[in-house]
Amino acid sequence: MAEITMIQAINEAMRQEMERDERVIVLGEDVGTNGGVFRATDGLLEQFGDQRVFDTPLAESGIIGTSIGLAVNGFRPIAEIQFLGFVYQAMDQLAAQAARIRFRSAGRFTCPIVVRSPYGGGVRTPELHSDALEALFTHSPGLKVVMPSNAYDAKGLLIAAIRDEDPVLFLEPMKLYRAFRMEVPEEPYEIPLGKARIVKEGEDVTIISWGATVPLVAKLAADMKAQGVDAEVIDLRCLQPLDIDTIMQSVEKTGRVMIVHEAVKTNGFGAEIAALISERALFSLSAPIVRVTGYDTPYPVPSVEDDWLPNAARIVEGVQTLMRY
Amino acid sequence: MERQFPIRQIMDEQGRIVEHEYRGQITEELVMAMYRHLIRTRTFDRKCVSLQRQGRIGPYVPFEGQEACQVGSALALEDEDWMFPTYRDHGAMMTFGRTLTQTLLYWKGRTEGCIPPQGKKIVPPYVPIATQLPQAAGAAYAEKRKGTKNAVIVYFGDGATSEGDFHEGLNFASVFNAPVVFFNQNNQYAISVPITRQMKSKTIAQKALAYDIPGIRIDGNDIFAVYFHTKQALERARNGEGPTLIEAVTWRYGAHTTSDDPSKYRDQEESKRRRETTDPIMRLERFMQREGFWDENWANDVQERVNAEVEQAVAEMDRYPSANPEDMFDYVFAEPTWTIAEQKQAYMEWKRGMEG
Ligand SMILES: Cc1ncc(C[n+]2csc(CCOP(=O)(O)OP(=O)(O)O)c2C)c(N)n1
Repeated sequence: MAEITMIQAINEAMRQEMERDERVIVLGEDVGTNGGVFRATDGLLEQFGDQRVFDTPLAESGIIGTSIGLAVNGFRPIAEIQFLGFVYQAMDQLAAQAARIRFRSAGRFTCPIVVRSPYGGGVRTPELHSDALEALFTHSPGLKVVMPSNAYDAKGLLIAAIRDEDPVLFLEPMKLYRAFRMEVPEEPYEIPLGKARIVKEGEDVTIISWGATVPLVAKLAADMKAQGVDAEVIDLRCLQPLDIDTIMQSVEKTGRVMIVHEAVKTNGFGAEIAALISERALFSLSAPIVRVTGYDTPYPVPSVEDDWLPNAARIVEGVQTLMRY
Repeated sequence: MERQFPIRQIMDEQGRIVEHEYRGQITEELVMAMYRHLIRTRTFDRKCVSLQRQGRIGPYVPFEGQEACQVGSALALEDEDWMFPTYRDHGAMMTFGRTLTQTLLYWKGRTEGCIPPQGKKIVPPYVPIATQLPQAAGAAYAEKRKGTKNAVIVYFGDGATSEGDFHEGLNFASVFNAPVVFFNQNNQYAISVPITRQMKSKTIAQKALAYDIPGIRIDGNDIFAVYFHTKQALERARNGEGPTLIEAVTWRYGAHTTSDDPSKYRDQEESKRRRETTDPIMRLERFMQREGFWDENWANDVQERVNAEVEQAVAEMDRYPSANPEDMFDYVFAEPTWTIAEQKQAYMEWKRGMEG
């Protein structure tokens, strides 16, 4: 098996799906000749030609709107939004249109598009390039939301997303694009949307995370083990649909829950998880739920972003708080 | 359409004046100021690229090749006018009054670099494409409602004309007859996408027709064309005659940003060729030589003074106290809401614990 990075896995997933299904097309800003600003679509134009891989004019609403039309009329577009912060320009098309075509036509029309977008901080980008906006979309019924944290998952989840019959927002943590390599099977495979992954089993505390923050949480959990705290780490991988069973089983086992995400705290997806746990497993809890997240402020300038992002010290402190109960 | 919207020059590539009616307004004083600002912006821009390579500032957006657009248009403004720039328009900002140190701090990822200079209506640079156009229309409409003679200039690239906000901005300004100049720098690429893939329209200026406002296409490497046509558009605005769309045709020599590799999508020989034939600074030099304004000693002196100013700004940046992360909690609201106040408190306690 080849060891590849997440960006290579994403590229491979698109290439293999395009080989399998000629309805799959790729469109967006700079995805053609340039191969994407992060090189996610590198080589696709050369292999599939400009009828299937094409640069669009610079307009996010246009990219998503056109993709909806293509999807309603038989294609399976993979649209790229160059950075997630620019998805605001496409909010109507995505949250109010793509999300609702099936609903509004009582299933007669469907919208099988994948919208890929890099997100997340820690790489010193200019304003609006780093925002974690997943909660906007989990709050938009009709959209699936997938957030991989490694190369293996990225490939299997992206293939599943492309084959899915509903619109999927596929959010790629740009900090992890080339952060590490991992063995990834060369053949295509699917990871079902809505299945979390237990990164590490443990008895004492459940740490739930997704996307950009997962590698940090996994590393800290391994370190904590040496200090006598046995944490279970769950990588949700997909927020919509959500793997509630994996969460509940773990919570019932450990009785202590920490949620770690990069997005701002208030109304972050962590709030939804905490609410679900209190609805379904309140009496299994031996401590209040702890959230370690971004602060309730706009994502700051690069010189101070490391202080804004959830970091090792805050996570460790959170676990210590939980373990005092 | 190219015939209806020809690229207008006042000075050709050889530095010859081709529109003689402007002669009387081209004073030695004006020319020297233009030259100084062109050298200042180019020197600063090159310095930033090298600072980025040394890791002393973050990713940087160069504008080399577009200096005449930025300097010429900014010099045409009056002190009380508004400027709505993009991430590429620090040349215009520094000509209009933003300090070099502030610009450096911006690219160093510091909040201080976003703060408008005292008394100047320079809005922090816009990163999302075209967002600034409707806002500029609004600011201009406000000046009109207040009955002032102030005008607004708003900058954007060729790619920006594809966004809905471009069209909404022009339409609103047209409907409100707002005193705003839409200044387009058509450098012919939006990252990797050439203008021929961005639009089928042959010009950007023609898009003004749809909003029934004047549209004009000028040579963006001819600083006289930029300066005088911008001045006229601003005059129209001040006189209550409404908005103008200016398309300044130009070229960026280098990468889109320091993270970009232009050899992926275009032949950089083209940049080399343009540098040798249509460079905005070379052109003004030719004019000065032709007109007998040129003085080698003076030019050397300009360059030396600019070098010293740039070095001083870099030294100031280096001496700047390190960023205070507590600042990130401020200015979200006039009065912090309780979650922000609580989070700031927790952050400060945590930080003290880390340090102590
Ligand atoms: C809404 C939005 N979409 C995408 C981007 C990413 N992006 C940054 S610059 C750029 C190209 C802009 O081209 P143009 O408007 O021609 O201006 P130039 O950069 O050439 O000055 C793109 C796509 C962005 N900043 N904002």
